[in-house]
Amino acid sequence: MSRLPVSLWIGATITLIFAALALISLVWTPHDITSLSIADRLQPRSAEFWLGTDQFGRDMVSMLMEGSRTSIAVALVAVGIGMGLGVPLGLAAAATRGSLLNEIIMRGNDLIFAFPSLVIAILITAVYGPSATNAILAIGIFNIPVFARVARGGALPIWTLDYILAARTAGKGRARISAEHVLPNIANLLIVQSTIQFSLGILAEAALSYVGLGAQPPTSSLGRMLSEAQTMIYSHPSLAVLPGLAIVVMVLGLNLMGDGLRDALDPRLRRGRADA
Amino acid sequence: MLEIDALSLSIGRTEILHDVSLSIGEGEIFGLVGESGSGKSMTALALMGLLPLRARTEGAARLDGIDLLRLPERDLCALRGNDISMIFQEPMTALNPVQTIGDQVAETLTIHGKADRAEALAVARDRLDRVGLSHIGLDRFPHELSGGQRQRVCIAAAIALHPRLLIADEPTTALDVTTQAQILDLLKGLVAEENMSLLLITHDLAVVADMADRIAVMQRGVVVETGPTRQVLAEQAHPYTRALFAASAHQPERAGNAAKDAILRVDNVHRHYPGPRQGLSRGDPVRAVDGVTFDLQRGESLGLVGESGCGKSTLTRAILGLDPVTSGTITLNGHSVYPGMARALRADVQVVFQDPYGSFNPRWRVDRIIAEPFHLLDNPPEPRPAVAAALEAVRLSPADMEKYPHEFSGGQRQRIAIARALITRPKLLVLDEAVSALDVSVRAQILDLLADLQGELGLSYLFISHDLTVVRAITDRVLVMQKGQIVEQGATEQVFTAPAHPYTQNLLAAAPTLEVTP
Repeated sequence: MSRLPVSLWIGATITLIFAALALISLVWTPHDITSLSIADRLQPRSAEFWLGTDQFGRDMVSMLMEGSRTSIAVALVAVGIGMGLGVPLGLAAAATRGSLLNEIIMRGNDLIFAFPSLVIAILITAVYGPSATNAILAIGIFNIPVFARVARGGALPIWTLDYILAARTAGKGRARISAEHVLPNIANLLIVQSTIQFSLGILAEAALSYVGLGAQPPTSSLGRMLSEAQTMIYSHPSLAVLPGLAIVVMVLGLNLMGDGLRDALDPRLRRGRADA
Repeated sequence: MLEIDALSLSIGRTEILHDVSLSIGEGEIFGLVGESGSGKSMTALALMGLLPLRARTEGAARLDGIDLLRLPERDLCALRGNDISMIFQEPMTALNPVQTIGDQVAETLTIHGKADRAEALAVARDRLDRVGLSHIGLDRFPHELSGGQRQRVCIAAAIALHPRLLIADEPTTALDVTTQAQILDLLKGLVAEENMSLLLITHDLAVVADMADRIAVMQRGVVVETGPTRQVLAEQAHPYTRALFAASAHQPERAGNAAKDAILRVDNVHRHYPGPRQGLSRGDPVRAVDGVTFDLQRGESLGLVGESGCGKSTLTRAILGLDPVTSGTITLNGHSVYPGMARALRADVQVVFQDPYGSFNPRWRVDRIIAEPFHLLDNPPEPRPAVAAALEAVRLSPADMEKYPHEFSGGQRQRIAIARALITRPKLLVLDEAVSALDVSVRAQILDLLADLQGELGLSYLFISHDLTVVRAITDRVLVMQKGQIVEQGATEQVFTAPAHPYTQNLLAAAPTLEVTP
């Protein structure tokens, strides 16, 4: 194994730190954020409140930990929906190239792509009521065509290789060949794409929560922290800067990790100039 | 003119070239022969200054006294395409698919500031005429041309500025025999007329025997023998040259035991594809396989010869039961063959493909790869002992089953492919260009193995190849296919010594031969 790219190390470290904070928040946060304490409102940084408190007296560290957890959970499930439905659809389209099924799948993808994703997400949450679940669904649906296209694009050249022909002479059907031969060989593409979709999911969740259509109180969310801090941006800028910074760093970490993974998993990029 | 003096090259700690010395004279054709990994391509890339970044060189390569190895990149750019040009093996990938061929030939001139666009295009026209493409417009795209025509475009671009030296790296390996003969003729003519030198790199002794004035034989980064072609081939002073020579003409020993009992019957098989779209309608259907009839006897080796596009592959896929036929029947061992046939019946026919690199899922271990056809059997045996036996049958070690395909050489991979094909004990083995991608010495070993296995297991072979020497060495009977039809068939020796059909005669005349009278 050659040296791993630096961007992979940095990105993975950032991502792991956020993931760890989010997991810890499941069992422990420095303060309970469901109880409001007006007496402690807008505290500056102190030994008790490491990053101060907001206008309702909630501890910022705890809010950020829980907010990150919401972001990660929403984005993770949304990517899961996109992969779980998109990849099989893409594989099926590649396996039945030239058939009606392939046309139906790919034109269906085009249809979803034609909608402005965030506007539709707002529509869904507006119609079915704002909640984390609906935010997940809205973001997840738009991940489906992305994964379907990546899977199909990666699978098509693999279908022309001799080992696919060998598997067919071994009597294997298309579904089985897709699962055994094609999927493992496009896994690297899908892993890289999922880090990109993951960071896009975090941004989308923040945007939905910002307009009040994401996770509802008392669940903390980075997007809603931003919108709640909006009125105090001049008097207490740290209330807006901290969640904003959390989003930026988390997305940056994921993008770096995606870039690094792409370089690490793609042998053509790893080798520099091609051998003779 | 060109003098390579004690050139050594290493990448990291691996030494690729060791003390290579050659000299190429004005207007000379110099053949550089060797098997894969011998360093012949690296030698060429060193001359062009196109080595991988980590490569370190020692020694010198002087073109008219200027050491190419020490030139800065800017001077090399001025040199490339101007004094030294290069053409490559794969004309498919050597041309940019989104640029017209006229622009690609003209580019050589405009890059070097030798002409403006209009002049350059005029020169491009002239060069394309020169390489025999006068009927092809400058505005055509590479995908509209055949492989041979594409290679001609590459040559036109390479000679656009009248280079002193043309390096041709396996220029005909990807081409059919008749096309190969035309391209070699063209190169020979250009050398004579343009007074340039040609460095012809090839693995095929027969190609250089007809072409080169002098040759050098390379083995593992070392030039083992060099001299005038006739002398080197006649004397074969170095054991490696001798071994190469013997391997090229290798005839495996085979016991002819074909029984009169047809295992495969192909009866008037047609396979047509819809014609190209012409507006709303479609043109005439393409008759990829057009009424093919033949029998293959138990224990027989049958050759199927033809150039690319003749319908060999389509026919092969039909015989394997992967694609349907338009009409006609294929019967294997008494049952008919079609895409929906029962799985267990498919075990009677297995296949070995050409490309030892694309034949295996790179993420699977050898044991899983070889056992894959067990999917065909209702009660497959315990895989591990069966795989071990199959590996031993192809002269590999049972311990190899724990490894991944990339840990093997090309020849070993082809043995694994044969092991996979034999695991269900098929009656018929289809060998689709199975030795075409291998070096001659490895090819000889695989041919021996196939001959031995045929004797041990009573296999029938359908040997599909464009390589006439190989077909002649391993088959009892041969079919010659052209445009979807069998134009000639008969006992191999008879077809090769007294071809009846003009197409067969053309094929045989075009094939380079390696006959040197000492």
